[in-house]
Amino acid sequence: MHELSIARALLRQVERVARTHGHGAVRGVTVRIGALSGVEPGLLASAFPQAARGSRAEGAALTIEAVPVRVRCDDCGAESEASANRLVCPVCASPHTRLVAGDELLLVSLDLEKADDV
Amino acid sequence: MCDTCGCSITPGNQQTAAASHAVPVLEGLLAENDRMAAHNREHFARHGVLAVNLMSSPGAGKTLLLEATVEALKGELRCAVLVGDLATDNDARRIAAHGVPAVQIGTGQACHLDAHLVHDALHGMDLSGIDILFIENVGNLVCPASFDLGQHRNVVLLSVTEGDDKPAKYPVMFRAADLVLLSKADLLPLMDDFDPVRAEVALRDLATDAALMTLSAKKGQGMAGWLGWLRAEQAALRRPRPAAARPHFGVLRA
Repeated sequence: MHELSIARALLRQVERVARTHGHGAVRGVTVRIGALSGVEPGLLASAFPQAARGSRAEGAALTIEAVPVRVRCDDCGAESEASANRLVCPVCASPHTRLVAGDELLLVSLDLEKADDV
Repeated sequence: MCDTCGCSITPGNQQTAAASHAVPVLEGLLAENDRMAAHNREHFARHGVLAVNLMSSPGAGKTLLLEATVEALKGELRCAVLVGDLATDNDARRIAAHGVPAVQIGTGQACHLDAHLVHDALHGMDLSGIDILFIENVGNLVCPASFDLGQHRNVVLLSVTEGDDKPAKYPVMFRAADLVLLSKADLLPLMDDFDPVRAEVALRDLATDAALMTLSAKKGQGMAGWLGWLRAEQAALRRPRPAAARPHFGVLRA
């Protein structure tokens, strides 16, 4: 269960970004999680409120954009959706593929309360 | 709908929408860990140390492999070991008994090592007399895969007493491997449920060209291939272009 570590790292990052934008509370946090990132969206969602307690993101809504796995084939050029444990080209079965999406682990954006409301 | 042109603002949510603003970030969630990992990597490079991150399920034979490895390389390559463990220092003591520096990293409740834990442990180790640093990660096929430690290579052990479909079950871990070792191979004649060919098929389905070797540290079988891989990787560090082609062999192609 490393999602709690990930949630804590996320909160540190959120605090750092929020600090550069004034004193308002964080109302929303959007992250992008790929199916091959090693992070389970459901576990992150349940770890987040705990990690956020006492921070300015306490009570913030966490939005998780789940990203499916996509591979591009170096041999036939096809770009296709793939499953996490079958990353060879679904079109020509070549093992020479590159992951074009699916390993994302990104803080996309914050929704910050406007400072003048505080 | 988006946050740019105002199309997401309806009469119903106008108050809320006007009271907050979206700040784009687009930064990796593990940026902090990755920065520390890069720092560790520079530290290894400065000392000419090959750092190998060893990962597997609990009980796949990481410690026994390390004991046999440091013993076999004695007088040839100077080894040191960082051992990540939840609670005990049993593994570090086993390795230290072979006369090589071994530092225990107690992870407490954490199920993986991260770059900061490794960095702190490096303060207790003199890298100037070291050729290969093994980092024995916490036994776990899930969490350690997500954290860069600054290592040069990932080695994943799959013991023949486990399921041969582990690469399909833990694709993040096996996709990260530069080398997969089928360990406890002396038990293969007894473990008729484990098919090395099926294990390699599951591995190749991940579109990886990681080398795959079969060995038994206990009986000394297959150790030459593993030791040769370590020698080649260590030597590659000293060449101006370290991008040595990965040896491409395994059960299917043997």
